[in-house]
Amino acid sequence: MRRFLILLAALVAGAPAAAQTIAITNGRVAVGDGSPPIENGTVLIRNGRIVAAGPGISVPAGAERIDAGGRWVTPGLVAGFTQLGLGEVDGVDETNDTAAGGSPFSAGIDIAPAVNASSSVIAVTRSRGVTRAIVVPGVVRYIFGGQGALVDTGEDRQAVFAPRAFQFVELGEAGAGRAGGSRAAAFAFFRNAMLEARAYARNPNAYDGRQTNSLLMRIDAAALVPVVNGRTPLLVHVSRASDILQVIGLKREFPRLKLILVGAEEGWLVADEIARAGVPVLVSALMDLPQSFEMLAATQSNFGRLRQAGVKVALAEIALGGDTQPQNAKQSAGNLVALLKLPGAAGVDWDHALAAVTSGPAEAIGMGKDFGSLRPGRRADVVIWDGDPLELTSAPAMVWIDGVRQPLETRQTRLRDRYRELPPAELPPAYRR
Amino acid sequence: MTLRLAAGLAGLLLLSACATSTEGPNSASAKAPGSPPRSESPGDAFHSTYEPYPGVPTAIVGATIFDGEGGRIDGGTILFADGVIEAVGGRDTPIPEGTVVFDGRGKWVTPGIIDPHSHLGDYPSPGVAAHSDGNEMTGATRPEVWAEHSVWPQDPGFSRALTNGGVTTLQILPGSANLFGGRSVTLKNVPARTVQAMKFPGAPHGLKMACGENPKRVYGSRNQMPSTRMGNVALMRQTWIKAQEYKRKLEKDPKTTRDLGWETLVGAMEGKILVHNHCYRADEMAIVLDMAKEFGYKVAAFHHAVEAYKIADLLRESGTCAAMWADWWGFKMESYDGINENVALVHDAGACAMMHSDDPNGIQRLNQEAAKVLGDARRMGIAIAPETAWTWLSYNPARALGIADRTGSLKPGKMADVVLWNGDPFSVYTRPERVWIDGALLYDSANPKLRPVSDFELGQPGEGDVK
Repeated sequence: MRRFLILLAALVAGAPAAAQTIAITNGRVAVGDGSPPIENGTVLIRNGRIVAAGPGISVPAGAERIDAGGRWVTPGLVAGFTQLGLGEVDGVDETNDTAAGGSPFSAGIDIAPAVNASSSVIAVTRSRGVTRAIVVPGVVRYIFGGQGALVDTGEDRQAVFAPRAFQFVELGEAGAGRAGGSRAAAFAFFRNAMLEARAYARNPNAYDGRQTNSLLMRIDAAALVPVVNGRTPLLVHVSRASDILQVIGLKREFPRLKLILVGAEEGWLVADEIARAGVPVLVSALMDLPQSFEMLAATQSNFGRLRQAGVKVALAEIALGGDTQPQNAKQSAGNLVALLKLPGAAGVDWDHALAAVTSGPAEAIGMGKDFGSLRPGRRADVVIWDGDPLELTSAPAMVWIDGVRQPLETRQTRLRDRYRELPPAELPPAYRR
Repeated sequence: MTLRLAAGLAGLLLLSACATSTEGPNSASAKAPGSPPRSESPGDAFHSTYEPYPGVPTAIVGATIFDGEGGRIDGGTILFADGVIEAVGGRDTPIPEGTVVFDGRGKWVTPGIIDPHSHLGDYPSPGVAAHSDGNEMTGATRPEVWAEHSVWPQDPGFSRALTNGGVTTLQILPGSANLFGGRSVTLKNVPARTVQAMKFPGAPHGLKMACGENPKRVYGSRNQMPSTRMGNVALMRQTWIKAQEYKRKLEKDPKTTRDLGWETLVGAMEGKILVHNHCYRADEMAIVLDMAKEFGYKVAAFHHAVEAYKIADLLRESGTCAAMWADWWGFKMESYDGINENVALVHDAGACAMMHSDDPNGIQRLNQEAAKVLGDARRMGIAIAPETAWTWLSYNPARALGIADRTGSLKPGKMADVVLWNGDPFSVYTRPERVWIDGALLYDSANPKLRPVSDFELGQPGEGDVK
């Protein structure tokens, strides 16, 4: 081990950028795994990964030192259900790649090529401390949206770091609508697709999904093979308690499915069953209205009650426009803490509320060892905040993604500065840059 | 929560029973607070039947009080009785015998939040097609419709706005598909069987107008006018010209056949109906202000004014309020230039800034939206005191709705629309602890019986749950 470390040190010393080792010192460090914050903590970063985070960590000679000045230091936030990078302006179709109603393909769609790393939405999201996001393809044709991706919000040309990370399927009201008009048809479509995937896996050359009227085209069946084999997680959007039980029941016929529930507004009604099935859940913190008949029991206590029942649960603002405003992940987490003071509500302590928007979504998607916390080995996504990270008035003071310091200027801050002083002036605002 | 019981426990129990019953208001509370209702809108009907629910003389002591007009008292006392605020002051404020006293130490007291832009009731939950009652999309000029005729009082969203949002008054507007969307209605956020029993007594009607993308998209896609922004403005001006004709005709002959649409537009020109204009872009707001000059009406407020920061000086000069979100942006072309400092810049320029929701979820967190603005304002070097920011949530919207002499701030003689928060209301960790409307305790977080449940939610999973 020691020999390895020496070798590693030599490699680092020989690398062109000495700043590859960064020590953020004197921070109130929250690791993001549910553990309490550490006063006067240090976060040590090397080659884009976390080496250590905690008290009493010695800073290697030559490391770039950043004094956090007692401020909060957390992992970058993870937005659990977004369309980040798939559109610049939602209402402008030409910029909107979230879904493809006219495409003959469904499960085979891979949204990674559509993600635009230069989108101003990514820059704005980064400036609010969100460093990674689960990006979900929208569902228009049939019940499958396609293969979703994991993205980072770093200022570079490459946003996607895990393409084809999961498959997305609608099996509630939306799924019923896409499948022809009923939930029964949606489940029939789903079973048929799984059986087709197995058929494809047995003999790809014989698969005949080549006609435009086929329910599954060749690439759709191919994309579902790792789903039915349990190598690729299946993100299932359902809300109603009975739908949740049906989805869990799918494992009887397809035992290797790696299910993740998203939405699950009525999950608290069947929390024990979800816990027994060991299925992770991504829920909204704030959805508390019966906005449809499949979420009559919606309550902000859903998260807390699921957690009390032992369900592995994290945050994703699926139904609140969170998909287009992912910068508000911390507001959702903070509201979970507010419920602690509300009689009859199930709240969440601060440490686990932070985890719900950091390590939580990463673990739900099966990538908790790669990102989402300041534990050793994770991607070095770190934020120094100018106040309590979950408070509304706070914002990031510094952000690193994969160990690289990020700019926090956005098109929005440029507009702000341009209009800070209104006319009269010598020249119109167009000359202010 | 510690209660100093000047009135005794019996009084409290009585209060709980009365406030959840359907009994009529007691005689003491039935006196309309504040100034009497002004003359009603032209052609008014469907009069308000709202009367304050019973309350008991109440004091909150030791709280941080934001009075809604920018004032702040630390360790303050507020006293209200018979539905009306009687005193707001320091520790030495005398509390009469027989007053129920709440310990407000570590807590905040504010006026109830006023949302100037909501579609609760006309786009209610559940959002099924059968409930889609907010846009009369059968013609770009539909000033004859009234939003109150679409309001479903059983929308569960009203209760969430009360219990999570501390919202005591809200304006329900028609949607923005039409250039002239119809009349709005201002409601007290009280559970009721009829919309008349929610109508804010004497509040003027509003006229919803819309510019920009929505009208031209809806009608342009049908190959009808308007299909462009210039088409929007032309059709609005043509309509105003006809309204002027009707007004002249009416002045000559009071027996002229009634017309609901022209009545509304004439009311707007006479200033009896307040114009609320959905408009995102700065250049379009400037055009609307000139159109208002051309036809002699005033724009009370621009709503969704995402680019208000670019013309804050024009808004100040015209005395027009801007209703804004904290950070919603980019969902359509005309919202692309949204910035988080919009509200702060409008405020800082001396114009009338206010928060609005346009959303059954957002209405539950308008205080949180204002808090976001405060943080971003501070970072750009604009220091705004929290008590000043509360003007965006109650007093300024009350001004825009024409009810600032009755509610929107904690001044003696005004309606006792009061929220006791269980902490700093600009913290994400804070929720309403109690909400009074006209002095009646209509929400108590510690008492499940004082948590309203709509007919729709009765007998459903989660009935009466804390939401």
